Formats: sequence, C-alpha cells, structure tokens
Amino acid sequence: MSTRYLPLYVTGALLSLLFGLGAIQFDGFGSMRVVLNLFSDNAFLMITAIGMTLVIISGGIDLSVGSVIALSGVLCGLLIGEYGWHPLAAFALILPLATLFGAIMGMWIHVYKLQPFIVTLAGMFFARGLATMLSEESIAIDHPFYDAVADFGFSLPGNAWLGTSTLLLLLVLVVAVLVMHYSRFGAYVYALGGNHQSAELMGVPVAKATIGIYATSSFLAALAGIVFTFYTFSGYALTAVGTELDAIAAVVIGGTLLTGGSGFVVGTILGVLMMGVIQTYIIFDGSLSSWWTKIVIGLLLFFFIVLQKLLNRGRVQHA
Amino acid sequence: MSQQPQSLSIVNKVDSPADEALIAARKARYSPGKSTNALGRYLWPVSALVLLLLVNLFMDASFFSISYQDGRLYGSLIDILNRSAPVALLAIGMSVVIATGGIDLSVGAVMAIAGAVCAGMLVGGNYSLFTVICAGLTVGIVAGLVNGGLVSFLGIQPIVATLLLMVAGRGVAQLINQGQIVTFQSDAFAFIGIGAFLGLPFPVWLVLITLLLSQLLLRRTALGLFIEAVGCNASASRYLGINDKGVKLFVYGLTGFCAAIAGMIATADIQGADGNNTGLWLELDAILAVVIGGAALSGGRFSLVLSVVGALIIQTLSTTIILSGLPAKFNLLIKASVVLIVLLLQSDVFRQHAQSVLKGLKGGKA
Amino acid sequence: MQESVLALENISKTFPGVKALQGVQLTLRAGEVHALLGENGAGKSTLVKVMTGAMRKDEGTGRMCFDGKDRDFTSPSEAQKAGISTVYQEVNLLPNLSVAQNLFLGHEPKRFALIQHSRMQQQARELLKQFKLDIDVTAPLNQFSVAVQQLIAIARGVAMKAKVLVLDEPTASLDKDEVETLFGVMEQLKSEGVAIVFISHFLDQVYRISDRITVLRNGQFIGEYITAELPRPKLIEAMLGKELQAMHGQHQPGCADSVDAPALFKMDKVCVKNSIENMDILVPKGQAIGMAGLLGSGRTEVCRAIFGVDSVASGQMQLADAPLKPQSPAEAIKAGVALCPEDRKTDGIIGPLSIRENIALALQARLGWWRYLSKAKQQALADKYIEELQIATPDAEKPIGQLSGGNQQKVILARWLATQPQLLVLDEPTRGIDIGAHAEILNLIKRLCHDGMSLLVTSSELEELVAFANKVVVLRDRRKVSELSGEDMTPQHIMQAIAEA
Repeated sequence: MSTRYLPLYVTGALLSLLFGLGAIQFDGFGSMRVVLNLFSDNAFLMITAIGMTLVIISGGIDLSVGSVIALSGVLCGLLIGEYGWHPLAAFALILPLATLFGAIMGMWIHVYKLQPFIVTLAGMFFARGLATMLSEESIAIDHPFYDAVADFGFSLPGNAWLGTSTLLLLLVLVVAVLVMHYSRFGAYVYALGGNHQSAELMGVPVAKATIGIYATSSFLAALAGIVFTFYTFSGYALTAVGTELDAIAAVVIGGTLLTGGSGFVVGTILGVLMMGVIQTYIIFDGSLSSWWTKIVIGLLLFFFIVLQKLLNRGRVQHA
Repeated sequence: MSQQPQSLSIVNKVDSPADEALIAARKARYSPGKSTNALGRYLWPVSALVLLLLVNLFMDASFFSISYQDGRLYGSLIDILNRSAPVALLAIGMSVVIATGGIDLSVGAVMAIAGAVCAGMLVGGNYSLFTVICAGLTVGIVAGLVNGGLVSFLGIQPIVATLLLMVAGRGVAQLINQGQIVTFQSDAFAFIGIGAFLGLPFPVWLVLITLLLSQLLLRRTALGLFIEAVGCNASASRYLGINDKGVKLFVYGLTGFCAAIAGMIATADIQGADGNNTGLWLELDAILAVVIGGAALSGGRFSLVLSVVGALIIQTLSTTIILSGLPAKFNLLIKASVVLIVLLLQSDVFRQHAQSVLKGLKGGKA
Repeated sequence: MQESVLALENISKTFPGVKALQGVQLTLRAGEVHALLGENGAGKSTLVKVMTGAMRKDEGTGRMCFDGKDRDFTSPSEAQKAGISTVYQEVNLLPNLSVAQNLFLGHEPKRFALIQHSRMQQQARELLKQFKLDIDVTAPLNQFSVAVQQLIAIARGVAMKAKVLVLDEPTASLDKDEVETLFGVMEQLKSEGVAIVFISHFLDQVYRISDRITVLRNGQFIGEYITAELPRPKLIEAMLGKELQAMHGQHQPGCADSVDAPALFKMDKVCVKNSIENMDILVPKGQAIGMAGLLGSGRTEVCRAIFGVDSVASGQMQLADAPLKPQSPAEAIKAGVALCPEDRKTDGIIGPLSIRENIALALQARLGWWRYLSKAKQQALADKYIEELQIATPDAEKPIGQLSGGNQQKVILARWLATQPQLLVLDEPTRGIDIGAHAEILNLIKRLCHDGMSLLVTSSELEELVAFANKVVVLRDRRKVSELSGEDMTPQHIMQAIAEA
C-alpha cells in the first residue's frame, strides 16, 4: 500500500463531495459551464501554482510570484499599449527576462546559501517595486491580437466555452507532468526535496537544478501575468497582491508536502479547483459571507498538514 | 520601573569573598567583559540609522527640529518614531521567534484579530476599557500559543504552522464583526493610537514599555539565554536539560502579545477595525526589521534593541525617499535593494568572496 | 594487479579546532579489497569524503592521483563521473523516491528524451537479483528496512560501473546471509578489476574479505599491511595505539581500589530497544569505572540510557539508593547525573555562545528560567573553572566554537562540574584532542575521583583507561562480556576481551 497518493485521493474525494453538494443544492451548479469557468477564471493561478509546486517539492518556497505576475502585466501594458509592440514580440522579451529573474534568485539561494524564503521575499519587493516604478497607473492594452485571443476557443455542450487561457493552462499542465515524471530534471526536483545532502552525494547537479527550479517558477508566473492581461486587457502594478499565498495554499491542499519531497502537479490543479469551488459555492449560496472562504481554506490547510504529518510518522515507524 | 534592573543586580551581587578575589584576578588577566564582538553588532545597524538621518538633515535642514504644541511634540523625528511603532512592536516579538530558528508569518493577521475583538467590544459600549484591553491581549497570546503548540508539540515547521493563521486569521477577524468595518467612539481607547503622554505620542510609549518589559523578562531571567541556546544548537540544549518545547511555546506567545498591542494601536489610530487591511504585510516588514538588525534567520543571538533600530531604519528610509523628492513609487525598489545588500553582508560565502577579492586587490597594489 | 588506480598522498584536512587528517596516504590497486580501519574519529570518514569530492582537502597539501592523472574533485558528481562511487555509512539515498529511481538517479534509461520507467524498473529488478532481493522496485524507499536500504545503496554503487567503489560500514545493519550475499558481489566485482575500499569495525569480516589493510589513528596514517600477514593482535595494536610491551604498570587511579566502597549507581539487567541488552554496571561511590569496547559495542548506548536520552525498556537503575528513571536529560540532571556526550560538536558545545554562557547553562537549566544567574555570577563561575581547568582563552566572552577541541572539552566538563553532579558520565572525553590537553583531562579525572566524585568513563584508549580506572567493564555486541580489576586490569586483557571472537 502506498501512502504517496493518499493526499491526492483525499483532495479528489473532498472536491467531488463539495461539488456534488453544490450540484444537489443549487440549480446550474453542476454544469459543464461552471466547471470550465472554474478553469478559465483560475487559469493564471493554476499556472502560477504549477511553478510553485516544483519549488515546494524541491523543498523551497517562492514568495515573488505575485509580484512577477504584476511586473509581467505592466511590461505587457507598456510594450503593447504604450510602445505599440506586437504582443508576441513583447511576450518573447518578457518571458526570458522573467526566467532570468528566477535564475538569479536561484543562484543567490544556491551560491550564497541563503534561505529561499528571504531571497524570494526580496525578489517580491524588487519585482513589485520595479512594476510600480514603471507605471503607477493601470495601462490599457488595445490590440487586435488580444481581441483574437479573446475570441479564440471552442464551444462545448452546456453553454460552456474552452478559451485560450484554459488551453494554455492545459498545455502547461501536460508539459509539467512530463517534466516532473519523465525527465531527469523532474527526478532532481524530487531528489532535492527528499534530502538535499543525499541528493548532492548521489551526484545531483544541485546548482543547475536549484537555478532551473526558480527560473521555471518565475517563467510560469510571468506567463500567468500574460494570461491575466487576457482577462483585464490591461497591466497594473497592484494586481495579484497575495497570489503567492493562494498558490502555496493550493499546492498544500493539492497534497504536496510543504517540507518538500512529495506531491503532484495534478494535485495542485485539484487544490486550485477546490478553492474555486468553495468560492463558487459561497456565491451560489448568497447568504454565506466571503470571509468563510479564508477560514475554510485555513481549516483545509490545517487538515492537510496534520494528515501529512500523520502519514509521515506512520512511515518512520514502518521503516 | 527604572529601579528594577538596579535592585536586581544588587540581589545578584557576588556574595562570597573568594568569588570577589576571583573577579579581581580576572580583571587583572582578561580584557573587560564587553568584548569588541558585541560592539560590532551594534555598529552597523546604528550607523546606518545615523547615516540615514544625516542624509535627511542634509536634504532638509529643519529635519531635526522639534516643536512643542498643545502638550505634544511635533517634528519629523517624532513622526518617524510614531509611525514605526507597530512594526517595532512586531519586530520585538519576531526577534525572539527568529532567535529560536523559527518565524511567525501570522502577526499581521493576529493584529487584525485583536483589533477586531477590541472594536467589536467597544461598539456595544458594555465593557470597561480595562476589559477590552485585556481581551485584546488575551486573544493575541492565545493565537501565539496556537502557533507555538503547532510548532513545538506537533512538530510542524514554523513557516508552515504560522502560514495557517496567516491565511485563516483574516477570515476570523472579519467573522468577528460579520465582515463590517466597525467604527467606534471611545476617546479613551483612541488614546492608545493618537494620544500623547509627556509630549510623546502614546504608541512610542507602548514600544518603550514593551521593549523595557521584554528586555527585563528575557535578560533578567534565564529565558533569553535559553532562547539563544535553543536557536544555536537545539540538540545540545536538550542535553543540557533545557525544555526546548516550552521555550518555543513561550516565544510564539510573546509574539502574539506584541502583535495584539500593535493591532490595538492600528485600530485605535483609525478608530475602527478592518479585518482585511489591518496589519497587512506588516509581518514582512517585521522580519525585515529583525534581519536589518543583524539577526540570522537560522537562529541564535538576538537583540531586541537592534530589531527596533531595524524598524526605525525601515521607516526612516521611507521618509528619506519622500524627502529626496524621488517619487514614492521608488520606495519598494529601494527597500528591496536594502534587503539584498543586508542579505549579502550576512552570507558567509559572500564575505569570503569579498575578502579574497580585497586581498587580491591589496596584493595587486603591493 | 599491482598497478594503483587511486593514490592519495600526504592528505590533510583541518576543521576549526580539529585536525581531522594529517598527512594521510592510501593506495588502491585494481581488483583488490582494501580495508580502511581505525577507531571512531580516526579520520576514515573524512578521508572517504575528501576522496569522493564531498569535502576538499586543505589547500596546498597532498595530491590525489586517479587513473594516472592528478585530480582534485570539487563535488561528488565530478568524482562519480570520473569513476569513484561511494556508499556512505548512513544510508544516503532519497526516502521519497522509488527503489528504481534511487538506483538510477542521474543515469535513467531514456528514449526520445523521456525516461523509460518500465525499462528502468526491469534493470532495477535484474540488478537487485545479484543481491537476492526480490522487492517491489516502484515502492518508495522508506517502506523498506534499513538493511534493505543499505543493500540498495550498495547496488546503486555497483550499478555506476565505477573503477573504485567505497563501502563505508556497509555491513553494520546486515544479517549473516545478507553479508554473505554482499561478499559474493564484492568477489565478483574484484574479479572484474574494481578496487573496493571496505570500512568496517567487524574484524572477522575484514579478515574474511580484504586483501590489504590501511590503518588510521587520530587523523594519522599508521601503516599499510597485507591482511594475510597481519595477526589480529597486531592489527588491534595498530588501531588502538601503543605497543603492548610499553603498557605496563601505570595504574594510578585517583582513589584507592577498595572492594567494599558502597554503590552509588547501579544498572541492573537494563535493556533498551534496538540497543543494549541485559546490562549490569556498578559504580561505587568515589570511584572511576572505565568502559571499553569497539565502536558499536554499546558503550555510548549505556551513557545515553543513564542520561535519559533513550528510554529504558526493562531493568532498573539506581542512583544513591533512589530509583533512577529519567525520561529526559532534564530529569537525569535533576537526579544528579551529568554527561559529556561523545559527539562534542552536535550534542555538546553551543558554538556561537561564549565560554561564560556555555559554562553557566547547565546550572542555569537546573535552576530554572526564573532563578537567573547574574552576569557577575556567570563570570565568577567561568573564571573559577577557566582557572581550575586551565582553559586557554584570552577572555570568557570568546565563542566556544573558536576554541581548540581540548579546551572545548574542558568547558563542557566545567559546565557539568558547576552543577555538582553525583555521577559524572564521560563518553570519549579525550577523542580528537591534542596530546597536551589529553594528559590534562586525564589528570582532571583523577583529581575529581580523589575529591570524591563518582565517574563512568568510556574510552577507546586502553592505556588511559587502565591508568585512571578502578575497574574496567568490557562490552562487545551490546552486552557486557567482562569485568576486570586489580591485577587482571591490563591493556592486554582488555584487548583480549574486546577481540575475542
């Protein structure tokens, strides 16, 4: 019997339960449309959280993602809205820059032996500061490409719409699953989170892996920032404040061990969906207040952390 | 209050003549008790603060001027003191948590909860000021003990354990007042945030009193030493018979207490409680203040005074940016640069690099 | 057969306060099993780490010649790529990954840039067949016993197809059959021309499998021998030091060997889970009892049980006529026990804190947080012991981490003396410290005993045990095998008791 998948099953079961409850209680809750809206509304968060999953499985944390989303959005606004660049050209500049940003954070963590928490905290201030400095105002983006992006998609039965952001998310998801389970880099991510010292002694290229992990997280955050501009048609320095917390929460609720070493990208998607379903439930209910979302998410977090703790304790005794 | 340290030290005075002889012998052999090491710790943060203040004076000649009006002092310096009060309070608690090798992400949320409880009780008008303040402090301590319990008894990583309350705490704060931003009319409670005593704003007094009391509690008992021992080497501390779990429980409780005071200041300041925004992101400033004060995040030595200096540096920096005519939008960027510099200076690896580079330069000249 | 694959010459490694290696050499030839022997702290593990890139040797000292070229590995992965594969003493695998992933991490079979899990698992199963292991290779490693994990670690080392395979205490957790299986694999590798470094404290196994032996002691190279030509007593002499003949008539304990001294501490049929069994030890009041035995014989475990670190499963302990049942070190300290632990760095010193604080802490912990020892009192304590124990330091504010090993040990002794314990337990008090401090600590033990303190001291230096102890208890395989006193208490007899197979 493997306890590895247990948190994942628990998340899945809780998600189905809550969704089923909503579907029974409210008309229109259990529809394809609601499901796909969950995906399209939360696509940017899911993309961010996938990056966060990598970081957390490797035993680190990345507090800078919310700010990177904002910075990426502001850059989109500036380059496309103000300087009239083609969006694709803008993306081609923004994504490598963000990757570099993450790589530098990873380098600091590895070379100077600093805690990821404090390095990415500095990164968070830096990216947000840079975004604010570039523009304090929200910059509108008006480009035919954006209209095309908004129009692109597939109609599905049940008045549902499979849009660009959802498709992009699915692409990221597939690549992430392949990388995590079918590439050496993915194995290194798990290895680092399992035991940093052992990983090093087993010959894992720790420097490359650490830098790669944080670079990936920043790349995905910047991509999420671009997706966010698809929703808002604008870039603003104060968007996505606190998104890092949502992402961390989703990762943990998705069954990933916050201390690293175990977890699944798919679980994180379930985690975001869970948070989305709670919100949708509260909206459909109408009488419940929004702060319940925070409390329920806090309780879920507690539940999963204690669950993981118990599972691990069982393991130690087993061995 | 100011008598206490003296009287304590009298009680503890060396009592046997043999010991006195030894001390005399020591004085003959050793350098004085305060070694250069301790001085060095104060040198950098304090000179950074002084330098920042001087920069401000250079930009604004009236920067140091303080006027007295209606029983209250006014001036930029007073303003900095007043504004840095909440972060300074949080930093006092945060320094002991960090000294044990932990961290408390929930202090901002705890501020909001304590504020919400006080505001909720004040709106009804059924409780005395004393009861309200006690309730606020109790809530803070309980929240801290919850964190401490998760860390020491369930063995959950501090960053994870306190993340729980960071996320859920704001929901709880809103729940207490049903999501309303409650405002209240209570001059007595408002005094905590906007009052003045002997010319100084009351929050400044609160910082001073908390600092003094914590300093007495930690340095006139063995608690401070135990905290540092646990933070430096938890395993060896256990071999010494130190109750490391109890120590951890205590530091989180103290942090909750400090956060509650900070929350009451913030609430009294606007005479209302906003569960969503009270103390938002202040935990990060508090951690920064401790780091700027020279403490290592991995635990060990702590200095409450230096953490308060760290808080003052953060506030002065913001003032400097405004005075310098740079748009406020540069604020965060400069803050980030300061953090990065402090981080680099703390990294052993960087210091070694820098030393070898310096050596190389000297060698090149010679 | 005679050409060397790997030659280390004049290797030194210094840590703050400790010289772990001083001018050590090691020569490995293709197709041999080379045993690297020495007591705990002799420098074996450090040498292995230097050889495999996990640590750098001191700059400017020695050279390492591998495969005919001068090399200086900067990381384990570099050494692995070059062909040196290592299995460390503690299982250094990843508990969260599957067995197959652990075996092939970094060398996974791929097709179209993707890892082929099925082929990897197939190869893993075949590899483990050599070790007679038939297990689910997709299960995470932490589901298996330490013995199986150890075999998997060795299998990984073998799978690397290395020229040099280092096995650091590979048999510590294996049973007889598993050891035989391992030896079978080693013979096989030997015939393929692999050079194997074998570190073990089981001398039977060393004689059974090794071709040559290199002995280290106290970070120094003692000698290289051909196993078949080295009688066992000679080997133990080399490991523990001093020629047998030179060890006569130095018995000078701090107090007279009296048979009828009342018992202060008694250990009666004590068992600890996964550790000591049926241990009987008696420490009379005002005497020093020595404990001898090789690494893993149970000597440290006895100390831990007395001090409440490990809990006693069955049997009783008594201290000064009261039952002693400590559940934690704090309780043991309250009852009047003090322990200088074996691993000074992780369990003893609190590195960044000053000498004064390190001395005051134990007494302070016993007094509780409220009854604070003022700085002046701490200073007085520190001064007293700096003076009495002659701790070499400019002032009491120096962080203990910056002192030499001997002075650190004195500070730790001072810390416990300040609590005025009834029973002082010293676990390897003289390990890793220089000769001068060595003699001082021995004299101190004698003086304490003379002043009426009761001590229980473990040491791997037999000569020193004989010098100060009133009685020596010999442990082997976590049991007491002998108790020597009076005329019988000679290094030869102790050695015989330790080595008896």
